[in-house]
Amino acid sequence: MTNAPAVPVTSAPQRGWYKRNEIAVTPWLFLAPAILFFAFYVIWPIYQSIAISFYDWDGLGEARFVGMANYVELMDDSAFEVSLWNNLKWLLFYLLAIPGGLFIALFLNQTVTGIRIYKSLFFFPFVLSQVVVGLVFSWFYLPNEGLLNGILGLVGLGPINVLGDPTMATYGIIAAGLWPQTAYCMILYLTGLNAVDPEQIEAGRLDGAKGWKMLWYIIIPQLKPATFIAFVVTIIGALRSFDLISIMTNGGPFGQTRVLSFYMFEKALSEYGFRMGYGAAIAVVLFLIMLVFIAYFLWSMWAEEKGR
Amino acid sequence: MRFTTKTMLMALAGSTMLAGAATAELTGDLKIFLDTSNPAPRATMEAMIADFGELHPDLNIETTVIDREAYKTQIRNFLTADAPDVATWYAANRMTPYVSAGLFEDVSDLWAEPEIAENLASTKGAMTIDGKQWGVPYTYYQWGIYYRKDIYEELGLNEPATFEEMKSNCQAILDSGRKCYTIGTKFLWTAGGWFDYLNMRTHGFDFHMELANGDVKWTDDRVKQTFANWRELIDMGAFVDNHQNYSWQESLPFIVNGEAAAILKGNFAVAPLREAGLDDSKLDFYQFPAITEGVALAEDAPTDTFHIPANASNKENAKEFLRFVVSANVQTEINNGENLGQLPVNAGSSVDDDKFLNEGFTMLSENSPGGVAQFFDRDFPAEMAAEAMQGLQEFMVFPDNLDDILARLDKVQERVYQ
Repeated sequence: MTNAPAVPVTSAPQRGWYKRNEIAVTPWLFLAPAILFFAFYVIWPIYQSIAISFYDWDGLGEARFVGMANYVELMDDSAFEVSLWNNLKWLLFYLLAIPGGLFIALFLNQTVTGIRIYKSLFFFPFVLSQVVVGLVFSWFYLPNEGLLNGILGLVGLGPINVLGDPTMATYGIIAAGLWPQTAYCMILYLTGLNAVDPEQIEAGRLDGAKGWKMLWYIIIPQLKPATFIAFVVTIIGALRSFDLISIMTNGGPFGQTRVLSFYMFEKALSEYGFRMGYGAAIAVVLFLIMLVFIAYFLWSMWAEEKGR
Repeated sequence: MRFTTKTMLMALAGSTMLAGAATAELTGDLKIFLDTSNPAPRATMEAMIADFGELHPDLNIETTVIDREAYKTQIRNFLTADAPDVATWYAANRMTPYVSAGLFEDVSDLWAEPEIAENLASTKGAMTIDGKQWGVPYTYYQWGIYYRKDIYEELGLNEPATFEEMKSNCQAILDSGRKCYTIGTKFLWTAGGWFDYLNMRTHGFDFHMELANGDVKWTDDRVKQTFANWRELIDMGAFVDNHQNYSWQESLPFIVNGEAAAILKGNFAVAPLREAGLDDSKLDFYQFPAITEGVALAEDAPTDTFHIPANASNKENAKEFLRFVVSANVQTEINNGENLGQLPVNAGSSVDDDKFLNEGFTMLSENSPGGVAQFFDRDFPAEMAAEAMQGLQEFMVFPDNLDDILARLDKVQERVYQ
């Protein structure tokens, strides 16, 4: 078989454009659907929202360009101010889910008969729909018949109307939100604890670390990835707080439990809401707040990648 | 289903008569969107549409029933994008956004037909914007005070006719360890009903409409007078505590259990109260008492309506359907106690023999010289109503915040009516 035909030398020039650029093009081909959808369903609506926020528009008739007027009005809108403060309260107090989840996880991270049942019982609220959580808590808080006032009555404290009191209502809703969120953080930490290196604990023991010191210097640093994810989902959860508010108070009493997303919905999309431009302006402010966190998340993920 | 063949034929005769030269049988399509999602109204509407279909066997009718609350936000989408041929809605200012956006069809020609012009005259005003009519009503109902007759009898009280009697009755009820009125303001609009009545009784219908049209400031002394009257009741403790936590349905157990003696509500409250066990020996009705002497009594009587979207594709069929809906026999049928249990809009119809419907009909036709309002959130522009009702709720909980609330409403008013 010495006369076997040689490999055709002309093959290189005959390769198609795709073959020549395969390495450069293929990743983009794979990314294309995602990029397309992201551009169409995320980037474009963001642009549209920003554009609409400069208009006075009822969603039906002609839009009228008003420049920054919607934003100027926001500065002077006490309901907007209340919503903004409530958003900050949510961001701050919702983070309690992280230490809460950590401590329940530490508590449940042991081998006792039936621990799986206990774990699933603690995880159970996260499986519930937010609507159900909201309903259960609003019954719990009921001014006369509610369980909370029953318990308070036993220790001789007067009845309180948590959801009817403008100063307490937001905290009441956040507490309801913490219930499932703590469960979520717990499950993240439980998986994190599985990955804790027993040798490091052993080494710590030898060096005399125990209790809080062990937790703080040995365990928690190793849980950093879990903490990061818990932080991300909790912040996102706080900024998405809409269903609980809608179910438990409908923004009331007199608008004192509204957050920006709820206020935007009321102004633009609800039964009496006909101010698309104003609603869009609120959405833009909410977006800017989110952007701070998004930037931080992206930055820390990028730093992580680079560190490898 | 509920219509007999006889009424069918009469309706047919009626509708063809008023349709004049129009041929009896329609062909093509008719797409109807309804917000009557509660079981009884839904069955009523579907039966009525089925009867219309029998009159026009070649007509292909497609009915969509949308949840009543969801409908309120969906209407703007389907009016612009995928318009039906007929859609339900509400009268007065609630029509304004869609009328001014050109999404409702002008049906003034229907109102020019003698059959409608003569028999529906009383509701023409509520359907008119800019001198044109934008739809037809199909039902309306009275508002007033529904009270526990047995409690009043136990305490030896009579139906009050004046504000003084109203307050002295209330004091007696409070002394017996009950609340005078139950109300649930979680969804705000119930407080609007109280404001409507207090304001119309204190200053009259015309003043109330001036306020609705933005001609009077909220900080006006006369408005403050209305709130001062309201405050007298609040300071007495007339309303149930923690009303801001309850929806109107959740506020009903107070009156059912006898913890509160009365409720200010539309006639739609009768059905759930009866279901909860209050028969006619326990439940009764009276007109909201007079407050300022010499002010003509005016009532809230919200009207529900049918409209033809401007983008509809079968407008002639739709018009024939509207003629059918408002005709005397159909009105009698759909509004009777077994169906909607409300008042017919056609003067030639008969009111069903129901205690509350009769009282309401008599009140509206004989004892409401001041005029008939639609309801707070239908008379006031949407945005003004939303802000104001929130303020009303705040006032009911913290009456001391009144000045702050009114100043805020003035600001909203300036923007809304510009």
